[in-house]
Amino acid sequence: MSYTIQGDTGPWEVVVGLEVHAQVLSKAKLFSGAATAFGAEPNSQVSFVDAGFPGMLPVINEECIAQAVRTGLGLNAEIHLWSRFDRKNYFYADLPQGYQISQYAHPIVGRGSVEITLSDGSTKTIGITRLHLEQDAGKSLHDQHPTKSFIDLNRAGVALMEIVSEPDIRSPEEAGAYLAKLRQIMRYLGTCDGNMDEGSLRADVNVSVRRPGEGYRTRCEVKNVNSVKFVMQAVEAEARRQIEIWEAGGVVEQETRLFDVARGVTRSMRSKEDAHDYRYFPDPDLPPLVLEQSWVDQLKATLPELPDQRRARYIAMGLTPYDAHVLTIERETAAFFEEVARGRDAKLAANWVTGEYFAALNRLKRSVTDSPVSARHLGELLDLIADGTLSGKLAKEVFEAMLEADEPPAAIVERRGLRQVTDAGAIAAAVEAVLAAHADKVAEYRAGKEKLFGFFVGQTMKAMAGKGNPALVNEVLKAKLG
Amino acid sequence: MSLDAATVRRVANLARLRLEESEVETLRGELNGILGWIEQLQEVDTEGVEPMAGGAPGEARLPWRADAVTDGGIAGKVLANAPDREGDYFAVPKVVE
Amino acid sequence: MRPTDLTLAQGLAALERREISALELADAFLAAIERLNPRLNAYITVTAEAAREAARASDARRARGEAGPLEGIPLGIKDLFCTEGVRTTAASRILGPFVPPYESTVTAQLKRDGAVFLGKLNMDEFAMGSSNLTSAYGPVENPWSRANDPARRLVPGGSSGGSAAAVAARLAMGATATDTGGSIRQPAAFCGIAGIKPTYGRCSRFGIVAFASSLDQAGPVARTVEDCAILLRSMAGHDPKDSTSARLPVPDFRAAVGRGVKGLRIGVPEEYRLPGMAPEIEALWEQGLAWLREAGAETVPISLPHTKYALPTYYVVAPAEASSNLARYDGVRFGLRESGADLKDLYERTRARGFGAEVRRRIMIGTYVLSAGYYDAYYLKAQKVRALIRRDFEQAWSRCDAIVTPATPTAAFAMDERQDDPVTMYLNDVFTVTANLAGLPGLAVPAGLDSQGLPLGLQVIGRAFDEETVFAVGGALERAAGFTAQPGIMA
Repeated sequence: MSYTIQGDTGPWEVVVGLEVHAQVLSKAKLFSGAATAFGAEPNSQVSFVDAGFPGMLPVINEECIAQAVRTGLGLNAEIHLWSRFDRKNYFYADLPQGYQISQYAHPIVGRGSVEITLSDGSTKTIGITRLHLEQDAGKSLHDQHPTKSFIDLNRAGVALMEIVSEPDIRSPEEAGAYLAKLRQIMRYLGTCDGNMDEGSLRADVNVSVRRPGEGYRTRCEVKNVNSVKFVMQAVEAEARRQIEIWEAGGVVEQETRLFDVARGVTRSMRSKEDAHDYRYFPDPDLPPLVLEQSWVDQLKATLPELPDQRRARYIAMGLTPYDAHVLTIERETAAFFEEVARGRDAKLAANWVTGEYFAALNRLKRSVTDSPVSARHLGELLDLIADGTLSGKLAKEVFEAMLEADEPPAAIVERRGLRQVTDAGAIAAAVEAVLAAHADKVAEYRAGKEKLFGFFVGQTMKAMAGKGNPALVNEVLKAKLG
Repeated sequence: MSLDAATVRRVANLARLRLEESEVETLRGELNGILGWIEQLQEVDTEGVEPMAGGAPGEARLPWRADAVTDGGIAGKVLANAPDREGDYFAVPKVVE
Repeated sequence: MRPTDLTLAQGLAALERREISALELADAFLAAIERLNPRLNAYITVTAEAAREAARASDARRARGEAGPLEGIPLGIKDLFCTEGVRTTAASRILGPFVPPYESTVTAQLKRDGAVFLGKLNMDEFAMGSSNLTSAYGPVENPWSRANDPARRLVPGGSSGGSAAAVAARLAMGATATDTGGSIRQPAAFCGIAGIKPTYGRCSRFGIVAFASSLDQAGPVARTVEDCAILLRSMAGHDPKDSTSARLPVPDFRAAVGRGVKGLRIGVPEEYRLPGMAPEIEALWEQGLAWLREAGAETVPISLPHTKYALPTYYVVAPAEASSNLARYDGVRFGLRESGADLKDLYERTRARGFGAEVRRRIMIGTYVLSAGYYDAYYLKAQKVRALIRRDFEQAWSRCDAIVTPATPTAAFAMDERQDDPVTMYLNDVFTVTANLAGLPGLAVPAGLDSQGLPLGLQVIGRAFDEETVFAVGGALERAAGFTAQPGIMA
C-alpha cells in the first residue's frame, strides 16, 4: 500500500530526493593541513589556504579520495577513474575564497544504489545519482552581537561527500530510512562518523507532490536538515504545504526553504535576493584527479563488511531476521555481539544481547560504546549457562551483579555461592521434604490436578534457595509424583 | 552577442561590484568592444577538440598529500589582517538568513 | 666600475673575491633607489633597513664559508609575491593594508640562496596591464626616452613594469616578475633587459597573488641572459604546496647560456608577420635570424595557424579565472573594507572602491563569459581554441628546436599615448601570449634600438621544460647583438 496524503480534493503522492552532505572522516581538511576535529576554539583550525589568503593554493588529501571511493563502493556505485574539481562561485561571509571547490561536471563516483528496509519488513531500492567531493564552508554566528555576524572558519575546507539520490523516495518513512541507511553504511565503512548533532551529516531534501500517476511537479529544496526525525517531519510538512497551495489553486514556486524545528514547518529563506548563477568552471589550480584501477581494487579488497552483508551472515548463523537487523544497525553493536558470540551458540548470544543486555542499556541510559558490561564477560556468562553452572534464572542474577561492577561472572558465582545444584541426591532430598510437607497437594495432584506441578517446582527451588538445576528438579519431581 | 544595460547591471551584481548609474553606459560600450573582438573565436572550427582546462603544457595529474595535521593553530595570524574582528571571530554586518 | 653597474654574475664574482661586501652592494643600490625612485616610481615599498640587515647576515654567512648561490645579491621583488611581514599590495588599493604572515615559495628560495631584498616593485594592478598605468600607486616611468622627445615620459611596459624599470635603471641587480600574457617579456623588451617566463609549472605559484592561475608563471628579469639563468635556477623547482608545480629536477640553466646554437633548427612562424608591422621590428627579427645562422643554426619557416586567435582566447580565459581568483577580496579577512548597510553592500562598495577600472573591467568580462548561457560560447570555446594553439606548437616541434619572434610589436609608448580602447592596449601581448596559452617557456632578449634609440627585443620560445635550449639561443642572440646601450635615467 503506497503512501499518500489525503488532501481536500483527493490523495497526493510525495516525491522526494535527498542530497546528503557527509563529512569525510579524515585528520586534515580536503585541501589543507588544518585539523577537522569538532568543537575547537574559533579559527584555531584554519590555515591561510582555508581562509582564502592571497596566493594560497589547494593540495588534495589522499585519505579524502580513498574515503569517497570506499563510500562509493559501499553504495554499489561506479568509481570514476578520471574526475575533476570545479569552482562554484558565489559570495558569502563564510566562503572565504568566494568559491567552493566541488566536483560539478565530473564526480568521483557515479550511479549506485542502496536498499532500505521499512517497518513492515519490506525492502526498497533507492537509486544513487552520484557522489562527489567538495569543501565545507565556515560557520556564521548570527546571535552573538546585535549588529554583527561572527565568522568561524574551522569548518571551512573540511571534506564533504555530497551524495545525491534519485527522486525514488515516496514517503517520510522512506526518506528517514534512506538517510539512516546511508549513515549506517558510512559508519560501517568508517568514512563518516554520522554525528548528526555535530553536523557531520546533513540533508537537503527535495520535495514535490503529485496526483498518483502524474509526472513531476515543481519541487522545493529544504536545506540543512540534520536528523532522521527532522527529515521525516520536513518531508511531511513541506508536502502538506505544497498540497495546500495546489488545492487552493495556487502554484508552488521552486525555492530554497528551511525547516523550522520548533514549529515543525518549512519557511522560505530570506537571503535569496539573487537568482543564483554559480559560474562553474574547472579549477585551474587542480589538475584532473586520476585513479589507478589497481588502487581502487585494493580499497575494495580491504573494505569492511557492509551492514547488508553482515545481516545476511547473521541470518545464516541462525538468527532471526529481526535480531540480525537489530544487531547490525550500529557497527559497534554488531562488533559487541560478535565478541559475545565467538565460539558460542549464536542464537543464545543474540537472545542475551537483544534481551537482557539491551534492556539493561535502556534502563541505565548507556550505549554499547559506553557499555557497563564487557563483551568478554557476557560471553563467559553464556559459558556458565552452557556448562550447567548457572540456570537461566541464576544467570540473570549474576548479570545484574555484573552491571554493578564489570567482573568475570565466575568470580561473582564463587563469591555469592550461586552455583547451581546438580547433585541428584541433594535434589531428591529437597523434593522428598517438599512432598512430605504438602501431602494434601500431592493427593490433589495425583487425583488429576496437574497444574500443581509448577507449585512443587517452586517449592523445591525455594527450598534450594533457587540453585536447583531446573531440569533435574523437574525430572526428580516427575519420578517421585509418579 | 551584445550586452544591454540590464545585463551589465546583472553581471556587476554577480561580481559584487557597485556600479553607479553614470558608469553603466561607458562600461557597456567597453565590454561590447571587447566581446565583439572576442567574437572572432566563433570562426575557429573546434569540432571534436578537447578543451584545455589547466595550464600544463602536457598531461597533468593531481598530486596527493598525506592525511596529516600540518597546519592551523594560528588564529592570531589568520585574524591579524582582519578589518573587523570580535575576539577570535571575523566580524561582518549582521546577516539575515 | 660602480657597484650598480655590475651584472648579477659580475656581482657574484666580486662578492666571492671579497672585492665588495653584500652590505656595500645593498647600500649602493639603496642610495640609487633613494635618488631615482621618486622619479621612476619603480618601487612601491623600499625595505632599506631589512635589506641592510639581510646584507650583514649575508656577509656573515660568506665569512663562515656558507655562501649560497645568490649570496649577497640585491634584488627587487614584484609586489605580487607575498613577503612575510612586508606589505604586499599587488599594486591594488584593495590590498593596501595587507601584510602577509607568510612567504611565497619563490622568494623563500631566493632568500634561502642568500639574496637580499631591497623592496617591493610596482606593477599593473593585479598584473592586469601592459603599461604599468593601472597601478594604484602611480605609473612607473621607463628609464629610456626617445631621442627626439626626451621629455616625454614613456611606459616601462607591464605588468612587471617596476621590475623591468628598476633593473634597467640599476635600482636592483635583478628582480622577480610574473608573466600571464607577456608581463615579463614585454616590459623587459621595453626597458632593454632580459626576462624569461619559464614553462608553466617550473616555478611554484604558492604565495604569488593569483591573476589567472592557468597562465601565471613567475620568472626573473635581469640585465643579461646569464643573470636570468642564475636567478631562475634559484626560483624554480618542485613545490608540494602547488598542485600544478612540475615534479622535475632543475637543470643548470647558466651552463646552457654559452652552449651555442650549432645544429639547432630555429622556427620562424609566418603568422607572426603582422600586416603593418613596423619595418624596424621586422628588420631586427631578420637580423636576429641571420645572427643565429652565422652561429651555426638553421632557420626554418613554420606555421602556427591559430596565432590570430591567441589574444581573444586569452581575453576569455584570463578574465574568467581572474573573476574567480579575485572574489576573495571582499573586505572580510584582509585588505580594504568599505562599510556598507549590509554584507552585500559592504562587498560591493569595497570591491568598487578597492579595484581600479581595468581590474573591474576584466572581472566583468570574466563573470560574463562564465555566466549561465554564455559559458559554452565563450569559455568552453576559448578552452578548445587554446588546445589548438597548444597543438600548433606540438606540431611545430617536429620541425624546429626553438622559435624566434619579435618580443613586442612596437617599442615603448608614451604614457599619454594610452589608447582609451582596451583592445588596442591588449595587442601589446600579441607575440608573447601564445607561450602562456601553450604553457611554454619564452625569453626576451634585448637585441637593438629603434630609430628613436629605444630598445627592441627578440623572443625565444622553447619546448616545454626545455629552458636550456631557450637560454642557449638567447645567449647566442645576446652575444651577437652586443647590446650595450644604456637608458637615459640610470644610477
